[in-house]
Amino acid sequence: MSIIIDEKTRVAVQGITGGEGTFHTQKMQEYGTKVVAGVTPGKGGTTHLGVPVFNSVSDAVEKEGANASAIFVPAFAAADAIMEAADAGIKTIVCITEGIPTFDMIKVKSFLKGKDCYLIGPNTPGIISPGKCKIGIMPGHIHTPGKIGIISRSGTLTYEAVDQVTKLGYGQSTAVGIGGDPIVGLKFTELLKLFKKDKGTEAVILIGEIGGTAEEEAAEYIKEEFQKPVVSFIAGQTAPPGRRMGHAGAIIAGGKGTAKEKMKALEQAGSIVAKSPAEIGQKVKEALG
Amino acid sequence: MKIHEYQAKKILDQYGVQIPRGEVAENASKAREIAEKVGPNVVLKAQVHAGGRGKGGGIRLAANPDEAEKIAKEMIGMTLVTHQTGPEGKLVRRILVEEALDISRELYIGIVIDRAREAPVVMASPEGGVEIEKVAAETPELIFKEYIFPVTGFLPFQARKLAFKLGLEGESFKQGVKFITSLYRAFEATDASLAEINPLIVTRQGNVLALDAKMNFDDNALPRHPNIQQMRDLDEEAPLEVVASKFNLNYIKLEGNVGCMVNGAGLAMATMDIIMHSGGMPANFLDVGGGVSEEAVKNAFKILVSDRDVRAALINIFGGIVRCDMVASGIVKAAKELGLKVPMVVRLEGTNVELGKKILEESGLSFYPATTMKEAAEKVVPLAKENR
Repeated sequence: MSIIIDEKTRVAVQGITGGEGTFHTQKMQEYGTKVVAGVTPGKGGTTHLGVPVFNSVSDAVEKEGANASAIFVPAFAAADAIMEAADAGIKTIVCITEGIPTFDMIKVKSFLKGKDCYLIGPNTPGIISPGKCKIGIMPGHIHTPGKIGIISRSGTLTYEAVDQVTKLGYGQSTAVGIGGDPIVGLKFTELLKLFKKDKGTEAVILIGEIGGTAEEEAAEYIKEEFQKPVVSFIAGQTAPPGRRMGHAGAIIAGGKGTAKEKMKALEQAGSIVAKSPAEIGQKVKEALG
Repeated sequence: MKIHEYQAKKILDQYGVQIPRGEVAENASKAREIAEKVGPNVVLKAQVHAGGRGKGGGIRLAANPDEAEKIAKEMIGMTLVTHQTGPEGKLVRRILVEEALDISRELYIGIVIDRAREAPVVMASPEGGVEIEKVAAETPELIFKEYIFPVTGFLPFQARKLAFKLGLEGESFKQGVKFITSLYRAFEATDASLAEINPLIVTRQGNVLALDAKMNFDDNALPRHPNIQQMRDLDEEAPLEVVASKFNLNYIKLEGNVGCMVNGAGLAMATMDIIMHSGGMPANFLDVGGGVSEEAVKNAFKILVSDRDVRAALINIFGGIVRCDMVASGIVKAAKELGLKVPMVVRLEGTNVELGKKILEESGLSFYPATTMKEAAEKVVPLAKENR
């Protein structure tokens, strides 16, 4: 089983004719994702990579039944692209784009309130339900269908964790990158709620990093409501305060958001906390017995 | 991005935030000139990107233009050490010369983005002049907050509420409301990530002004604010960080001696962490980007080998879409061109990893190969210790 996306998901790619859009659409198609439409304003009526291109997301929804979108448009157009997708009735919006200004995201989140859709990202590798559907830029082949759910703020660090569990003989139900920005769509807690309901997920790996309080909120939820084993790792134990560690969201500000606080909160909530990134897979094995 | 106090005040002034009269000076005679204009009593403030300037002798008073010139001479060119500069301190290149005001109260106003609420928050406190983190820890009931509704923006009643909480009355209340409102306008219009006025002062005459001002900006939004982008002061940044930013690399210089080069910010932080768990300390954070182009590898290599603190280095690449063999060729090419000056442990994982390892082996260069992150960290830490 899986959450959010599966073999029935029909994907529209916003920005399909651009360089990134083209490259990753091909990779998604190779993986078996049903890419049913592309959207590039002004290029409606053409075909790209065997996929019909439309001028608007609503055309893609109407004509091809798209219910998910992957966004590969430049940073300054990305907020608009997310809102267009939500307005068109897309259920799962995955925004890969990096570098969206925070104020744009504040508006987006306000716009999305009350709308029936999931936003994943921005600045995310995307989401994958192995063997079924991949929306994003992660290497599909390192994933295996299985029973571990993964939620992460990072990209390559997630691949590392996926690789570790795959090598130990476990697969993934769904792996989600929530994005490295200060303000993102779905956060740990919302995804834990979905994994809780998913019968195919037996344990969850939570990969956080310094900055913000999303991990602490997740710890609160795990303590109260989440019974499946959670293995967590927080990156940035050695990060200095006040410096942005690559991701816009990875910054210890005003003494808040340190790895130590997050690890403590998770530990107290009953999560198994891996101190070293090399231990993530091993801890999953221990958790599952 | 950070800017200087004098730059922040210039921006705030444009949005109607009241600031003391003054100007920036790069030499003593200019300081005298300013003092003649706005004095006779003036405050001279060292312009560096660090807090705690007062205690280190970075903020001084002068009673007349003569004295201002004399003090300016001492200050410009001095190395200012505060709790935020580190022991090496910061060179003072310019000072802000401002009218000295008759202060009756010191208050606090700050605006940041609250990530959990996904909205800006304006914070006010009657406890100004001290670090707000201290107030938050000791007397949190003295910090008042108003969250911004993204649809409406900052509302007049919110500004009034805060001004009342600050205990402002009469003319000061009117000025306070205008001050807070203008400050928020500046924050939003410039895509700031922080606007902090500490202290916000009320003078004996009842005027409300920003005695100090600190602004940071959202790096992602800088392309739409070229005037603010121009305010970046490269002198305030570590030289290698400036070089890295020209190459579009995410690089932060740290205290340790184990250099690292990693693809992806999360993995880069995790690599630093595992170096620490193996008994070493990272010399830097360096993210060459998830996609790792050959160019990025070469530039990152340049930075690693030009940092004299680096005694050994760890290259940790997880090849996903980008193949390990391609990354390996990039590493070999860079090493041949720039020289292997310190022992280098290379850990590749992911797509075509066997091919990648073979390329490293056959290069004739003495890399130290590793299969897991743990093995890599355990190899590189003793190498750094031996190579001191």
